[in-house]
Amino acid sequence: MDSFFSRKYVIQAIFIAITLTLLLRIFYIQVVDDQYLLSANNNVLRRLIIYPARGIILDRNLKVLAQNEPVYDLMVIPGQVAPFDTLAFCSLIAISKTQFDKQFIKAKKYSLYRASVFEKQLSAKTSAGLQERLFEYPGFYVQNRSVRYYPDSTAAQFLGYIGEVNDREIEKSGSFYNKGDYIGKSGIEKSYEDLLRGQRGVRNIMVDVHNREKGRFFEGKYDTLAVSGDNLIASLDKRIQLMGEQLMRNKIGSIVAIEPETGEILAFVSSPGYDPNMMVGRQRGNNYMKLLDDSNKPMFIRPTQAEYPPGSIFKIINALVAQQFQTIDYNTIYSCPGGYRYGYRGFMKCTHVHGSLNLIGAIQESCNTYFGYTYAKMVDKSGLRPINGFRKWREAVSKFGIGGKLDIDLPGERKGLLPTAELYTKRWKSERWGSGFNISLSIGQGELGITPLQMANVVAIVANRGFYYKPHLIKAIGAKKIIRPEFTQKNYVGIDTQYFSPVIEGMSRVVKQGTAYYSKINDIEMCGKTGTVQNPHGENHSVFFAFAPRNNPKIAIAVVVENAGYGATWSAPIASLLVEKYLKDSISRPKYYTDRLLKANLLPKKPIPLASKRVKDSLRLVFIKDSLKKLPETKNSNAKPKDTLKRNLTIKTPKKLLDTLRKNIPQKNLKKEKDSLKKYISTKKSKTITDTLTKK
Amino acid sequence: MINQRSFFFNVDWISIMLFISLIAIGWFSIYAAVYNENAIYIIDFSTNSGKQLLFIMVAIIIGVVILLLDSKFFYVLSPVFYGVTIVLLVAVLLIGRNVGGNQAWIPIGSFRLQPSEFAKWATSLLLARYISSLTGKLNDFRNVLPAAAILLFPMFLIMLQPDTGSALVFVALIFVLYREGLSPYFLFAGFMMVVLFIGTLLFTKMIVIAAISIVMACIIYYAYKKNKRIIATTIATFILSLVFILSVDFVYNNVLQAHQKTRIDLLLGLINDPRGAGYNVNQSKIAIGSGGLLGRGYLQGTQTKFNFVPEQSTDFIFCTIGEEWGFAGTATVISLYLFLILRLIHIAERQRSSFSRIYGYAVACILFCHFFINIGMTVGLVPVIGIPLPFISYGGSSLISFTVLLFILLKLDANRMGII
Repeated sequence: MDSFFSRKYVIQAIFIAITLTLLLRIFYIQVVDDQYLLSANNNVLRRLIIYPARGIILDRNLKVLAQNEPVYDLMVIPGQVAPFDTLAFCSLIAISKTQFDKQFIKAKKYSLYRASVFEKQLSAKTSAGLQERLFEYPGFYVQNRSVRYYPDSTAAQFLGYIGEVNDREIEKSGSFYNKGDYIGKSGIEKSYEDLLRGQRGVRNIMVDVHNREKGRFFEGKYDTLAVSGDNLIASLDKRIQLMGEQLMRNKIGSIVAIEPETGEILAFVSSPGYDPNMMVGRQRGNNYMKLLDDSNKPMFIRPTQAEYPPGSIFKIINALVAQQFQTIDYNTIYSCPGGYRYGYRGFMKCTHVHGSLNLIGAIQESCNTYFGYTYAKMVDKSGLRPINGFRKWREAVSKFGIGGKLDIDLPGERKGLLPTAELYTKRWKSERWGSGFNISLSIGQGELGITPLQMANVVAIVANRGFYYKPHLIKAIGAKKIIRPEFTQKNYVGIDTQYFSPVIEGMSRVVKQGTAYYSKINDIEMCGKTGTVQNPHGENHSVFFAFAPRNNPKIAIAVVVENAGYGATWSAPIASLLVEKYLKDSISRPKYYTDRLLKANLLPKKPIPLASKRVKDSLRLVFIKDSLKKLPETKNSNAKPKDTLKRNLTIKTPKKLLDTLRKNIPQKNLKKEKDSLKKYISTKKSKTITDTLTKK
Repeated sequence: MINQRSFFFNVDWISIMLFISLIAIGWFSIYAAVYNENAIYIIDFSTNSGKQLLFIMVAIIIGVVILLLDSKFFYVLSPVFYGVTIVLLVAVLLIGRNVGGNQAWIPIGSFRLQPSEFAKWATSLLLARYISSLTGKLNDFRNVLPAAAILLFPMFLIMLQPDTGSALVFVALIFVLYREGLSPYFLFAGFMMVVLFIGTLLFTKMIVIAAISIVMACIIYYAYKKNKRIIATTIATFILSLVFILSVDFVYNNVLQAHQKTRIDLLLGLINDPRGAGYNVNQSKIAIGSGGLLGRGYLQGTQTKFNFVPEQSTDFIFCTIGEEWGFAGTATVISLYLFLILRLIHIAERQRSSFSRIYGYAVACILFCHFFINIGMTVGLVPVIGIPLPFISYGGSSLISFTVLLFILLKLDANRMGII
């Protein structure tokens, strides 16, 4: 024992104190502070989203309309990227250095530590070559995804397209979507997005310090499986859809065919169309711009968005409403002297001098005079003030689904235009107006805007003798073939069944021996009505609607071909071919018959001025109307009915006027013009020059 | 002469059991650190765990051999060991292989020898022999100087490698000197230096100077009437502190190397760079911290398995224990160390010869220094200093050297009744 023996305790105390400090520190970071566990998980954990297969879309015969194809997205996590040979990398995925830099900066801006898409949709070949060498490029990986493929390149506007979500859609979804996800942007893809997209799965994997995959996190305890989207069975019949698209090639217009007994849409043609595969793949952006710039507006879904005055087919509605109102019966006879005279100097010309006609004959001959009288009687002599007579008439017409949306399962449907009494009161600054102030409504001209879908629905109502099912594009959802309940409800239009008989008889005669004689089908009794819709800025629109067969109808169809001429020349033959194809699956007509239709090019010869505004047909009408206000002298000088009224109610557009107009609008003012135009429409709706000129 | 049976009876089995426990824990941790799910063989001499098994066997053989040697052997040959070590330390500077910036290894065949590891026990032996031979007090300047020289010469050579970590271990031997009579003022001075160094880096000089001024003033005020000597001491301390504080910047900027400065800055939170210079410590803390109370399970640690912590089987082996065994594991290992070190102090104190006692203290201090710096570094209490965790870290030189260090003491202890 020595004198410093006690110092052993000092040394031991120091050692114990230091050790306790260490223990406390370790206790703190291991037990108290749990951020380290999170950090450890962040180190190794990678959440991979598994994209489910999008639901497939089939046609009514279970033929594929839209399916999926695998593609490979190159992803990048900028924070993990180490310096590498950029040029070699660029050549691997075939992009330029500038593109590379641009993409990389974009990814960096989004997040350093989260993956973003670096290059989209590499082909299988590129990605195979890339994946072999991917280990040289830390921070990059390839993610598998499937894209849409449309085997027949058909029904583009019907199917719609998918695209990357934008910020607004992400926000709207409550961050359900992540940047780079795909979402239905239009058509069925949009309206059935919730069903088609399925449920995304998550795979939690672990990676080592070099970001190499090292197996599943907790044996996949927190993983979820992706659930494929529901398959949809569309009501479309691919046979007539394809045929309709062929017939409408090089024409502007629509075809809508409905199965009357279900409301299922059999054909939905919007022309000009485009190949839906253009909206997939790496060229999507370019193609999209090309389509947007096309003056014929292929992106415009004409069957639900284009509004036309219906023309003579509207007489069917007036015939039904007038009977229901007891204004006429099937035997009511009016005499046609070649036109209908009304008011002080008003005169609505008819195509021929028809002489005495009953209802059936009037429909068969499409007599303007007959319906002028009928309409006038409905409005003026209903026992109410004319304005209320008009209201009653409007109420009855609106039940046919006109002037309102049919709630088709497709986004962007327009409701069209059925003028209200208030519109006329405002226009004439008085409530004391009558049928003479809007007589053109009797023959489907004037302030009417009806979409091809609404036309088809009207003829489906006639086929059903008084009711319709909501037209819809999807007949069954998923494996259980669910049908939405609202599609199985009958909607009655308030016309008694017996009133349909004379109308149908008249329509039958239209095809048998009337205006649409040329479109008669052997063995099938088709009932139809042609329409030739005047518009002041070009050729007439050719319109035809029909159903067939007469008893137990299977198909109701409406065809509009813009600026084509008579309904009987273009629309009716097209409709008849589709009807025959649908009912008999073969065409009995000679080759030249179809060839004429297939080869016809009815596209505008040169881009229509203000083509960018060609959203709906009536726009141009308003535009011209607007300009006329500035020129009262012109109006007065044209006051003579004979000069002004050429063929029915048509006013030939003063060509000089249009020309000066075009010159007067400098290019840079175009936008302003457009805006003022839109404003004008929203306030005044479309006033046609027809009425203005005939009345004043 | 002692017969075989009583000899083994005399060996301190408690220390041997602790030694074996730590080596076993070490091997399992190294196995976990280099664990690869695809490898089939548990014992594969191409992996660290396989090699470590070899080292363990060699170490145990050497340990047994040491126990069988005559205990006088170490006393007599200590100058020779020291001399050889010095020669090796000089040689390593000339012909050594440079690994990771340190010229610390002499290649011999496929293995490498690290002379600085052997310097620890050689120095301890010579120090023990020198101090035990003294007749006067250690406080005497003439006596301290040779002791300091014995310590500082190998330390200086190791600094030249430069292996600051290994050199720093020699500082721990100050406790040995303290036990043998060195003035506590040296311990206090060392403590003050650390405090002032950190204080000066964290705060401005003026604040630190103000703080010590206040402390010193208080001491003088209270001690004024009782003990005039304390005033003198305090004033001396104050002046030395001032000099030290003013030299901190110079030392920090001109003496320390860039990476050492960075490590100190990281520790003090002056810079934050978890992806660069601070990566090791950050990942190490994550590994240990993610262990929680009971750990993630053996071979289940993701930080360990997926190599997030560099140097995992050597200097950062404690991470594996922390991550896979949790606080239960770390507390166990720390307890084992503390128990071993206290046991060694106990052994040292029961020696009759002062040579054995001093050597015992040297072993305890060296082990403690390694243990504290290594674990302190992995949890961010001590700047990163690359020294191994005794008996646990992978490495033949360090394992064998620690075994020799320990077993010489056990040999001396077994013979404590004999005369050296």
